[in-house]
Amino acid sequence: MDADDDTCAPITDEIRANGGGEQRTRRPIISGDQLDIEAYASLYSGRTKIMRLLFIADHCSDEKIGNPSMKLDALRMAYDEIKKGENTQLMREVAQKINGRLGPSYELDSAWCDTVDRRAEQKKEKLENELNAYRTNLIKESIRMGYNDFGDFYYAHGQLGDAFKSYVRTRDYCTTSKHIVHMCMSVILVSIEMGQFTHVTSYVNKAEQAPDALDPITAAKLRCAAGLANLEAKKYKLAARKFLETNPELGSHFSEVIAPQDVATYGGLCALATFDRTELKSKVIDNLNFRNFLELVPEVRELINDFYSSHYASCLQYLGNLKANLLLDIHLHDHVETLYDQIRHKALIQYTLPFVSVDLNMMANAFKTTVAELQKELEALITDNQIQARIDSHNKILYARHADQRNATFQRVLETGREFDRDVRSMLLRSNLVKHDYNVRHLRKL
Amino acid sequence: MDPLEALVAQIQGLSSTPGDIARLHVILKQADDSLRSESTRLSSVLAQLAPSEHSLGFLYVLDAFTSGQISKQQAETTVPIITGFINACNAEQIRLAPEKFVLVCKRLKDQVMMLEAPIRSVGPLFTAARKLQLSTEHLTPLHSDFLLLCLLAKCYKTGLSILEDGIFEVDQPRDLFLYCYYGGMICIGLKRFQKALDLLHNVVTAPMSSLNAIAVEAYKKYILVSLIHHGQWQISTSLPKYASSVAQRSLKNFCQHYIELANSYGTEKIAELEAYVQTNTEKFENDNNLGLVKQVVLSMYKRNIQRLTQTYLTLSLQDIANTVQLNSPKEAEMHVLQMIQDGEIYATINQRDGMVRFLEDPEQYKTCEMIEHIDSSIQRIMALSRKLSAMDEQISCDQLYLSKVGRERQRYDFDDFDVPTKFNI
Repeated sequence: MDADDDTCAPITDEIRANGGGEQRTRRPIISGDQLDIEAYASLYSGRTKIMRLLFIADHCSDEKIGNPSMKLDALRMAYDEIKKGENTQLMREVAQKINGRLGPSYELDSAWCDTVDRRAEQKKEKLENELNAYRTNLIKESIRMGYNDFGDFYYAHGQLGDAFKSYVRTRDYCTTSKHIVHMCMSVILVSIEMGQFTHVTSYVNKAEQAPDALDPITAAKLRCAAGLANLEAKKYKLAARKFLETNPELGSHFSEVIAPQDVATYGGLCALATFDRTELKSKVIDNLNFRNFLELVPEVRELINDFYSSHYASCLQYLGNLKANLLLDIHLHDHVETLYDQIRHKALIQYTLPFVSVDLNMMANAFKTTVAELQKELEALITDNQIQARIDSHNKILYARHADQRNATFQRVLETGREFDRDVRSMLLRSNLVKHDYNVRHLRKL
Repeated sequence: MDPLEALVAQIQGLSSTPGDIARLHVILKQADDSLRSESTRLSSVLAQLAPSEHSLGFLYVLDAFTSGQISKQQAETTVPIITGFINACNAEQIRLAPEKFVLVCKRLKDQVMMLEAPIRSVGPLFTAARKLQLSTEHLTPLHSDFLLLCLLAKCYKTGLSILEDGIFEVDQPRDLFLYCYYGGMICIGLKRFQKALDLLHNVVTAPMSSLNAIAVEAYKKYILVSLIHHGQWQISTSLPKYASSVAQRSLKNFCQHYIELANSYGTEKIAELEAYVQTNTEKFENDNNLGLVKQVVLSMYKRNIQRLTQTYLTLSLQDIANTVQLNSPKEAEMHVLQMIQDGEIYATINQRDGMVRFLEDPEQYKTCEMIEHIDSSIQRIMALSRKLSAMDEQISCDQLYLSKVGRERQRYDFDDFDVPTKFNI
């Protein structure tokens, strides 16, 4: 008896602790720090940097973690970034948002706006003249360059619709596959900024069908874009697959859209929410390419490993810590809740799967909730047929229940027989009525 | 000789062989008017004839006798005569004059209703229906009258026995509608909801060229019984494609309240359902459906409790009361007890702990009775499918069908048949 106790005790302790106890875990749990805006912003460049900063500024007041200083920091950095560019529309927006809170140097600089606008007018005229000249000369390459320049110009000034149109017009003048790819990339960039992800998907397909092989960086960029489009369309499984196929050579080459940390986060979370265990192991944990990305966000790596090794409490704790920062992400904002729910449900289902009976008290401990809450969640999952089990509410135990195939088959057979009986009888009756009716009508006609 | 007396003599004389009876029939048809004019003397005539041998003659005389207006006192005397006749008459003879027989029975029904004793004619009409039927699958106009009297007299079981026969042949669609409607009501009274549903389904999906009131009433009951039995009703899946287009389009317009009731049932909130019933009590009462509606509300509690059996192994009465939105554990216990007694769930109540333990269906499908049941079902269904193929063959040989189909058939290719075009239909 004693010998058994000795060997059993560590195992049962392990099950009970479930990665919850501080002294048991081998890896420290890092709390998600409050977002370091400077570090975050340095990952991006171009217009997306401004948009992300503005998004953070808008949303961080909603969060409990957010504080006014974070908001003002974001706005200040946005202002600085816009000043480097030529987008007067955004400048006006930011200035209005700052509302003078950051001092005189951060007010609406009308002089700067006017200068930029005037310069824009001049440049536009110049570009138009050039383009007309090229068009009369009918030199394909120059016309393409002209439209491209137009597209770049509009993009810099925030007129995204016109930029999109200009880029699309270059399509007729593309001669090599390199041109096509360049055109696709520009269109993809503008579409992402506009939020029209259907275009993104179609142009990604177009680019991938280009006759020449793509260099790895472009291929990686296209994968990321496709992943983003799927994410927006709530197709989390496809998004996960796309992100996982991204080549680590991406690095910071796609910083106008996405940072490698984002690839890791989006890919990891979507995979966790939608993949089953085998896929999770083969495509995420054993994926050498993706490991490079995961190194950049150790929390996500830890949480995936915890989930796989059934340390649900720590996994959910990581998720909770990351939540605040994820809600400030421009692409993930709308999907955080859904993904979190899906991950939690998967954790619950996975926990109950190997057991014939589960003590609800232990399970509540493992998931750090109360037994009543847990019972409600389990009830919802059972009604939804995701867990095959029944709850013994008196003793607080969950019993696995496997449908008796034999009885079910008998029941179905008898039911089918009865239905056939009923249907054929009423059908015969109806056909008799129709025949009678038809006869009567026929006789009347005669 | 007095024409009446001559007629009586002929009846008595020509009632033995089928050939004689045919002649008698002709004579009686001719004498029909004269019989009606002499209605006062007919009671003595009736005394001279024996209903079992001279059934046809008796029938004609009886018809003439009862054709006028009959007062309550007279009804007292005529009812026994008619019931005596029905019990004693010869089935083949009366089948020669079915309309007269039906007419006589209908008058019986009217008289009995006038006397307010419908039960007096339940037995006789049952015999009458059986005698008039050509086979057990044949529907006569008497069936619907019989069922109506059963409903009024509350003799549901007798009504049920006639409903057990499957009906396949129908003379008049209107008979079928009434038969199925009353039959449905009898089954509801006996709580055989599946059978009621089948009968009402027949009414609602029967071919009809224009909407009739029977179908509308039947549809209302159909919705309610469907809620009680199946626990769901969706307007989109309500009427199958083979229902007549008239029905599909217009039935819903007349049953708006019931459809709203069904929608509120679908939301699974008992409070809403009860509120809706409260506000519309009058309308339901006008349709005489209030009792059914109350059963619908009750069935919602049952359904919620049944859902709990899928999720829980044991549950406290307090929790049941909370989940199913009942007022107290005592009420929950009453409901669960009732359901266990009705065989709708399998459970045991532990009063000491206030717990209910839900059990699996103990049926193991291993007993001899179950094997016999399955075997007989198989036989029944095989017979039914034989009938179906027989009917299919019969229709494909039917002259009317062939002429209609032939006209619309595609012209054959020249390669199919080497037939000159002038011989095609």
